[in-house]
Amino acid sequence: MDTPDSTAEQVPVKPPNKLAKRLAGTFADLYDVVRFILRFFKEAFVPPYEGKELLRQCYEVGVRSLALITLTGFIVGLIFTKQSRPSLSEFGATSWLPSLVSIAIMRALAPLVTALITAGRVGSSIGAELGSMRVTEQIDAMEVSGTNPFKFLVCIRVLATTITVPILSTFAAFVAILGGFLNVHQNEGTSYSTFIAQVFEPLSFLDFESSLIKSIVFGFTIGIVGAYKGYNSSRGTEGVGKAANSAVVTAMFLVFIEEIVIVQIVGWFR
Amino acid sequence: MAKPNTNIDYNQTVITIRGLKKSFDTNHVLRGVDLDLYQGENLVVLGRSGTGKSVLIKIISGLLTADAGEVLVLGKDMNNLSEKELRALRIKVGFSFQNSALYDSMTVRKNIEFPLVRNSPKLTRQEINMQVEEVLDNVGLLQTINQMPSELSGGQRKRIGIARTLILKPEIVLYDEPTAGLDPITCIEINELINEVQQMYHTSSIIITHDLTCAKSTGDRIVMLLDGKFERQGSFEEVFDTTDERVKAFYDYNFTH
Repeated sequence: MDTPDSTAEQVPVKPPNKLAKRLAGTFADLYDVVRFILRFFKEAFVPPYEGKELLRQCYEVGVRSLALITLTGFIVGLIFTKQSRPSLSEFGATSWLPSLVSIAIMRALAPLVTALITAGRVGSSIGAELGSMRVTEQIDAMEVSGTNPFKFLVCIRVLATTITVPILSTFAAFVAILGGFLNVHQNEGTSYSTFIAQVFEPLSFLDFESSLIKSIVFGFTIGIVGAYKGYNSSRGTEGVGKAANSAVVTAMFLVFIEEIVIVQIVGWFR
Repeated sequence: MAKPNTNIDYNQTVITIRGLKKSFDTNHVLRGVDLDLYQGENLVVLGRSGTGKSVLIKIISGLLTADAGEVLVLGKDMNNLSEKELRALRIKVGFSFQNSALYDSMTVRKNIEFPLVRNSPKLTRQEINMQVEEVLDNVGLLQTINQMPSELSGGQRKRIGIARTLILKPEIVLYDEPTAGLDPITCIEINELINEVQQMYHTSSIIITHDLTCAKSTGDRIVMLLDGKFERQGSFEEVFDTTDERVKAFYDYNFTH
C-alpha cells in the first residue's frame, strides 16, 4: 500500500516553464509590434517620398471601396431610420428621427461601419499581398537592391489607409443620412431642407472632430495591422492565408476596443 | 567542358569569410566556413539541398546575420555595418534569387528600373529608359519590356531577375540556384549568360548550385559544402577526383538522375 508521501510523489508535475514560455512569447510579440509602429513613425515622414505610389494606394483603398461603402452606408441609414420609427412613434416623437439618425451616424455608425468594411476588404488585401511578397522573396529582393521595402511597402500602405478611411467615413455618413432622408420623406413627407436642418441641429463641432479622429485611428490601425501581419508572414502559402485572416480579425477587434476608448474620452469633453 | 580561364586577380579578394557559423535552433547549418572570393572569379558552391548554401549567400548579402565568424565584403565587416552602410554596400552586391523574386504587380520595365530609380534619383527619364533597355538587351529579352512577370517563362524570369541585378552595375553577383527548375537547354543558356555577365560587367560571383553541369561550365573554382564545412575545393576535376563516398554519391546522383 502506498504511503501518503509516495502517492504525492506520483502526481505528475507539469514543467513550470510552459506558461512562462507563452508569456515570454506574448511579450516578445508585443515588443515586435511596438518596434514596428515606432519604425513606421521614424521612416514615414522622411525623404525619399513615394508620392505616386501613395496616390496609387489611396486609389486602391478609396476608390475601389467606394461601391461597397456606398451600398452599406445607404442601407445602414435606411434601416436604422426604419427600425427606430416604431419606438419613437410610441412617444409621438417621430419628428426627432432626423436628429436621432444624424447623431447615431456621425458619432458611431459611419466611422465604425467604414472601418469594419475597410478592415475586411483592405486589411486582408494588405496582409495577403505583403505576405505573398515575403514568401516569394520579393521583399528580400527589394532589400538586397539597396532600397527600403519597409518604407515602400509598409509606410505607404499605412499612410494610404490613414488618409483614406476618414474620407470614406465622411462619404458613408453622407450616404447614410441620404438613406435616412428617403425613409423619412416617404413616411413623414419631410422636405429635404427641413430634414437637413434637423440633421445638423443636434450636432456639435466635437461630434465632427471625434468622428474624424476615430476614423484616422481606425485607418491607421487597419493599415498597420495588415502590414505587420503580411510583412512578418512566414511558412509559405499557409502563412499568407493566416496573415490575411489574422489581419482582418485583429484589426476588427482593435477597432472595437478603440471605439470604446475614444467614446469614453470624448464623453469627458461633453 | 570547363570554362576557359578569365581575368582573375588572385591578389585581391572581394569576399573573405573566416570561421562562419550559423544555426537555426538545434540545426547547425554552417559549422566554421572559410572562403575567399577573388576579383573577377566565378566561384561555385556545390552541395546537397539543405546544406546551407543559400544561407551562406544570404549572410553575405546581409539578409541573415552570422552567429559567429568574420564576413568581409569589399573590405566591409558585415557584422559592424549601420543600416545606411549596409544599403550602400548592397548596391555593389547583386543577388539573383532562386525563384527570380520578380515584383509580380509591376511590368518588366518597372521591375528593372525599381532599384535604379531609388538609388540614382538624379537620373532623367530618358537615361533610365536607356539603361533599362541596355540591360534587357544584354540578357536578350528587350522584347519583353512591357510584359508582366506572369506572362514570362521560367527561363525568361531568371534572365529578367539577373537583369534587375545588373542594372545597378554590381561588383559582386550572388546567384542562388540559377538553373533550378529549368529544362536542359534553358540551363545551358543561363550558364552562358552567367559567363557573359562575368565578361561584360567584370563581376566576381558566387554561384550556389547542386547542378554539376552548371558548376562545370560557370565555375573558375568549385568548393563543396559537406556537413556545414567546405571539404573540397579546386577545379571540377580536382573536386571529384576523390574516394570520399559523400562526394562520389553526389556526383553519381547528378549524372544518373
